[in-house]
Amino acid sequence: MFTAEYKQELDKITHKYEQKRAALLPLLHSVQEKEGLITPQTEQNLAEYLEVPVVHVHEVVSFYHLFHQKRIGKCHFSVCQTTACALRGAEEIIEHIQERLKIKPGETTSDGKFSFGIVECLGACELAPMMQCNKEYKGFLSKKKIDELIEDNS
Amino acid sequence: MEKIVTRHFGLGNSHRLESYLKDNGYQAARKALTQMTGLQVIDEVKKSNLRGLGGAGFPTGTKWSFIPQANPKPKYLVINGDEGEPGTFKDKYIFELDPHALLEGIIITCYAIGSHKAYIYIRGEYIKSLERVQAAVDEAYKANYLGKGIMGTGFDIDVVVHPGAGAYICGEETALLESLEGKKGFPRLKPPFPAVVGLFGCPTVINNVETIACVPPIINKGAEWYAKLGSEKNGGNRLFCVSGHVNKPGVYELPNGTTLREIIYEHAGGIPNGRKLKAVIPGGISAPILTPDQLDVKMDFDSLKSIGSMAGSGGIIVMDDTTDMVWAAMVAARFFAHESCGQCSPCREGSGWVYRNIKRLYHGHARPHDLKNLPGIVNNIGGNTICAFGDAVTMSVGSYVTKFRSEFEAKVNKEYAESHH
Repeated sequence: MFTAEYKQELDKITHKYEQKRAALLPLLHSVQEKEGLITPQTEQNLAEYLEVPVVHVHEVVSFYHLFHQKRIGKCHFSVCQTTACALRGAEEIIEHIQERLKIKPGETTSDGKFSFGIVECLGACELAPMMQCNKEYKGFLSKKKIDELIEDNS
Repeated sequence: MEKIVTRHFGLGNSHRLESYLKDNGYQAARKALTQMTGLQVIDEVKKSNLRGLGGAGFPTGTKWSFIPQANPKPKYLVINGDEGEPGTFKDKYIFELDPHALLEGIIITCYAIGSHKAYIYIRGEYIKSLERVQAAVDEAYKANYLGKGIMGTGFDIDVVVHPGAGAYICGEETALLESLEGKKGFPRLKPPFPAVVGLFGCPTVINNVETIACVPPIINKGAEWYAKLGSEKNGGNRLFCVSGHVNKPGVYELPNGTTLREIIYEHAGGIPNGRKLKAVIPGGISAPILTPDQLDVKMDFDSLKSIGSMAGSGGIIVMDDTTDMVWAAMVAARFFAHESCGQCSPCREGSGWVYRNIKRLYHGHARPHDLKNLPGIVNNIGGNTICAFGDAVTMSVGSYVTKFRSEFEAKVNKEYAESHH
């Protein structure tokens, strides 16, 4: 169960909506921001708070790409592989990241510092090839830029 | 050329209220609320030939007129900012550089349709957009451009900024409504249409960000001025997003009806390294691909439709003559396979089937019947699903196979095919 204090914080989000359950996406974002992932316990707590079945919360968590059910790295790369980025060398960037970090898409390095995923269009084709590094968009990627990013976050 | 939606982009702090007010900010909303009726606003927008700039091109004023005013339920305006159509990145600039233009458009639209609540749905990856728009909403509440009795009139309006969570399908308007209600993004069966049964079962208008940002200038300067800027049935300018093999990728505001050739070669700087253009997607990945002989097409909804493609979301992706079109088709098919929501079998199964088929062709592992079967699979997705995603798979992937047939045939590795018969 969420504490009364935490519930009050969540109420600030839900009160903007006509129906409490409509706030599920912003609530999940808010919890994930704090805890880094969505655990089965969080799903249970949110279901009780919103008065919906827990399966409903789980279904939403597993439907949307931005919710993580396992812990990701401190620095998470989401690399775009769709057409505009693909035309400008996304495949090479993805290969280079795998070689440098020695992990596959969906994995986290053993020190917990890095993880990476391959994603579809992030709406920044003018920056191709590009990726999202935690909250920030990084464009015109090159092997050198990837190396710098990895060094900066090591 | 007169800029409309991008007119403030070069100004310092263009996202701040103070900056927006310097250029007659919120005067169009004041004019609408104090000098016009809702019906007059709708008529003005109808006359301007403003059409939905998210991709469908539906006449905006007509869409607003579908809201049943006699219905006693609350009415909602939902802004679709789930910008996810590959090749499209224009709404992000409006969110980041002129969020108050969007808010002013929202006020005018809500007034026109009799709504007192708007939701702005922004894709979850657009963190900066979410922050900028929320900051603009907070500023507008403080200055009484939003809230109770705005600008000294009796009109109340609330605006909520809602983050998506990474699902292309939520750009489909009924999937977006589901998502906004806290559910997974499964498109709804239509009818009923959202104008009658939309968000929380109430009458709802869903408009794209750029469309709504065009509304204040139309009210300020009049429908005739706006209609004259574009082509016959497609008024105004449009934000064209150009990416792929061009020297200057970016957003270009140009009149509807500008030729594709002018956009690519004059504005986006042409193709790098002296190469030639081989193919171009004119309106986001869902739009059928065009070949070099079609570059003189006028970029508006009707002209693109007449040559078998679509203006879509204004996302232009250019491919030079080094591009392997089977590979390009595979990339597109992979996108659709990844983003199919899974609700309808033809799309869920078909998009994966198409991707695996083209992948085998590309890698030289095609089975004897793969190329023969491909058109049949592709063509049986569209028209057999709840939403237009299935149609997009058929139109988009189908166009590569039809227009670059010889490249697909060249990929069939006869030896491999025969040995795996």
